Amino acid sequence: MKRRKHTREFTIWNVMTIICFSFFAFFFLYPLLRMIIGGIYVDGKFNFDSYKKFFTSRYYMSAVANSFKIALTSTCISIVTGTTYAMIMRHVKIKGKKLIDVLLLVSTITPPFLGGYSWILLGGRVGYFTKFINKLFGIQFPGIYGFWGIIFTFVVGSTATMYMYISGALKNLDSSLVEAAENLGCRGLRKIIKIYIPLILPTVLSTALLSFMRAFADFGTAELIGEGYHVLGGLIYSSYLGEVYRDGAMASALSSITLAFTAIIFMIQRYFATRKNVEMNSLHPIEQKDYKGIKGILAHAYIYFMTTLSILPILTVTYNSFQKSAGQVFVDGQYSLDSYAKAFSRMGKAISRTYIFGFAALALILVIGIITSYANVRHRSTITKTVDTLTFFPFIVPGAVLGIATILAFNGKPFYLTGTSIIIIAIWVIRRLPYTIRSSTSVLHQIGASVEEASQSLGANGIHTFFKVTLPMMFAGILPGALLSWVSCITELSSSLFVYNNKNMTMSIAIYTQILKGNMGIASAMSTILLVSAATVLTILFTSSKGKMDFGL
Amino acid sequence: MTVTINIEHAKKVYDNNNVVIPDLSVVIKPGEFFTLLGPSGCGKTTLLRMIAGFNTIEGGEIKFDDRVINNLPPYKRNIGMVFQNYAVFPHMTTRENVAFGLKERKIKEPELSQRVDDMLKMVQIEELADRIPSNMSGGQQQRIALARAIVIQPDVLLMDEPLSNLDAKLRVEMRSVIRHIQQQADITTVYVTHDQEEALAISDRIAVMNKGVIQQVDNPVNIYRHPVNLFTATFMGQSNLVRCSLDGKKGTLIGTDQSYEFNRINDDCTEKEAIICIRPKDLKFADKGIKGTVKERVFFGTDIHYTIETGAGELLLSCSVNDPLHEVGETVFLEVEKDVVNLFTTDENGTTLMKR
Ligand SMILES: Nc1ncnc2c1ncn2[C@@H]1O[C@H](COP(=O)(O)OP(=O)(O)O)[C@@H](O)[C@H]1O
Ligand SMILES: [Mg+2]
Repeated sequence: MKRRKHTREFTIWNVMTIICFSFFAFFFLYPLLRMIIGGIYVDGKFNFDSYKKFFTSRYYMSAVANSFKIALTSTCISIVTGTTYAMIMRHVKIKGKKLIDVLLLVSTITPPFLGGYSWILLGGRVGYFTKFINKLFGIQFPGIYGFWGIIFTFVVGSTATMYMYISGALKNLDSSLVEAAENLGCRGLRKIIKIYIPLILPTVLSTALLSFMRAFADFGTAELIGEGYHVLGGLIYSSYLGEVYRDGAMASALSSITLAFTAIIFMIQRYFATRKNVEMNSLHPIEQKDYKGIKGILAHAYIYFMTTLSILPILTVTYNSFQKSAGQVFVDGQYSLDSYAKAFSRMGKAISRTYIFGFAALALILVIGIITSYANVRHRSTITKTVDTLTFFPFIVPGAVLGIATILAFNGKPFYLTGTSIIIIAIWVIRRLPYTIRSSTSVLHQIGASVEEASQSLGANGIHTFFKVTLPMMFAGILPGALLSWVSCITELSSSLFVYNNKNMTMSIAIYTQILKGNMGIASAMSTILLVSAATVLTILFTSSKGKMDFGL
Repeated sequence: MTVTINIEHAKKVYDNNNVVIPDLSVVIKPGEFFTLLGPSGCGKTTLLRMIAGFNTIEGGEIKFDDRVINNLPPYKRNIGMVFQNYAVFPHMTTRENVAFGLKERKIKEPELSQRVDDMLKMVQIEELADRIPSNMSGGQQQRIALARAIVIQPDVLLMDEPLSNLDAKLRVEMRSVIRHIQQQADITTVYVTHDQEEALAISDRIAVMNKGVIQQVDNPVNIYRHPVNLFTATFMGQSNLVRCSLDGKKGTLIGTDQSYEFNRINDDCTEKEAIICIRPKDLKFADKGIKGTVKERVFFGTDIHYTIETGAGELLLSCSVNDPLHEVGETVFLEVEKDVVNLFTTDENGTTLMKR
């Protein structure tokens, strides 16, 4: 007797997966492949000059070393700052915790380049803090430039993200585990080393990876704050978009090498993370206690200080946007809405365009993410499994690398797509897809199959069941991630910067170009608009989920 | 309109060539409350899901009356299903949950509301009609699930351990709710459980399963009193298994000097050895009989359990709290209710030696 495994529905879902996958393959796998090949196959023959140049040049090698130094140092420091932050928030009753949570959430949406920009305004050569400190102590502090300036910006930028993920893991840690350890005589530092660290390690590792990737391939921050401290991301950027020359082969080679590094880092992380994986499910989360005296004061001081640092960039930008500006500088003590007027008149299109693109991307992300995850969870086959694995790859591809790959692939025969809105939306979709697929997969596992079976037994066929039962149930679970995706899309810069043209500028590109042009007022006003809209969405999300948000990686 | 479920030589093989049900045949009568009883992992859920259409069938046929349903998708089988984890739709109110199947069947108002209301009343959850189920108790959610399954007037009602997530008291209460409603609705019902007490209390007939094979199909009393093999006998509750030598109907408990005339043994029995299955209730304190020493005494409320060290090994005896007490260390004599106990062959099948 024949097996009835390959039902009509099974076929439908597999076909849908393939359709989704062809989008993915066209906008991700194809460009990436072309890029990798483009680095070694130039003008019809194999040519390893770019690689030779890379590996023999002190200049390039030092850029790699610099990128590693920055990524490692900033990740290590933010693990410490983020974990400390999370441990305090989990154990100590902090006054104003709700507000802090919202502020931090908002701070996580600050695009890295904006962070860099506002830290220059604050701690740069003529920054507010620099001037203040120098006046106060009568010294000549030059401002936060160079290596430590970059590190500082990254640490501040990723502490909040670190905190959110680690805090989620700590929430799943049952207080009875800690109590059991204490009963057995394990206290203080030993308790942290023996109980906390092993249990939150997987989360810490995956968040660390996120932070590492962000820092490793970044170019905006280093460009603004580094002042000559050259890094891999910057090289990629200038090799293709630089004013001096345009070297496709070199850009390809650089990108491929960067990709190789991030892939290795990813595999190392995975190796440790899966070996240390623990299942936790907490019935009695740890309770926050009131700490009096010096301990309480220190805890509050740390939290308030770090929170302030995290949102200072946003505050600075917002403040500046209301100041009168004369080109590069803001006029102290004079306020106006000129910047906004200019922003709307010159960039109004960019603003509305960004939202439209954002929603289009979000819709695509949701459709593709839900279809591929549903097919893979409920109608698993070799096809769905392969697609599921492949769609995770954008996670390890740095934005600039994806940008290079895309422009090289779509800047000429046979596909002329550079500068079109399609390409920007596609790039956004590709970058966020791994997150959405992960989160809807885990939501589907949580829902379990029996509810769908109940629906089928009541007479609803596969399609009815999917739309009436599965989808509504999934929706609550994937909404937070989806809105986060929307925010990441509209603040995305590192990939879209490569493929935009003046007719299709989005807000973050506009801001970046305005900063480079020195139009600080417009840049600030637009940043504020961008951040406020993103923050609004996040705040709605946060309050409607009653603080129980799961950012699902 | 109640149906007969006719399962003929059904076979289930999972992907990894794991034969879970080799060859199973059974006829479930119209309107009957039929229970699949067996230890965890014996294939009860697998069989139930084959009837429901969620599992493929690798051999044989399953028929509703004369209609072969092997390849009918679940949503066309007109079954009501109740799940262990309730599986109520969390995004719908109680009323919407119950109305779901009716809407799929394109039932229009006012009949729709009428039927939903009647059903809610029947399972006594009218007051929860417009609430979302997420914060309801397990018992309430299971009532919704039950209402939802029955309101569509299914040909067959399938339940997979519907009570095992409830606490002991609720379990007993829901047991009678289910039984009552099933009888009112007169639906052929297949019920899965691993709890023999539940099966005995609720069923018209029980199929005892082990390793994908039905051991015995009978009504609860017969299953309990006349188990066809040792597996069924021991699955129905704690039992003392004692070897005995056999000469015609006369059996001597090995390790003791006690012999009994077991009148219910088959007349043509030629076995020389057998295993007697003595339930704790079927051992009595007496003045003579099997000699032993009380090793342990456990108080259960209505019952007292004694563990007694005898020549035939440790025996468990259960008696009423109101009977005279025996102290630990005391020497006692035990009598076997010889007309109630069952004897089985000593081979691995442990087939019964008794007449019906
Ligand atoms: N989807 C499946 N794939 C492979 N094996 C399964 C699957 N479902 C159940 N089994 C196996 O079939 C056997 C019977 O399982 P099940 O029907 O769930 O038992 P029960 O409900 O009686 O506890 C078990 O050994 C189980 O491991
Ligand atoms: Mg089961």
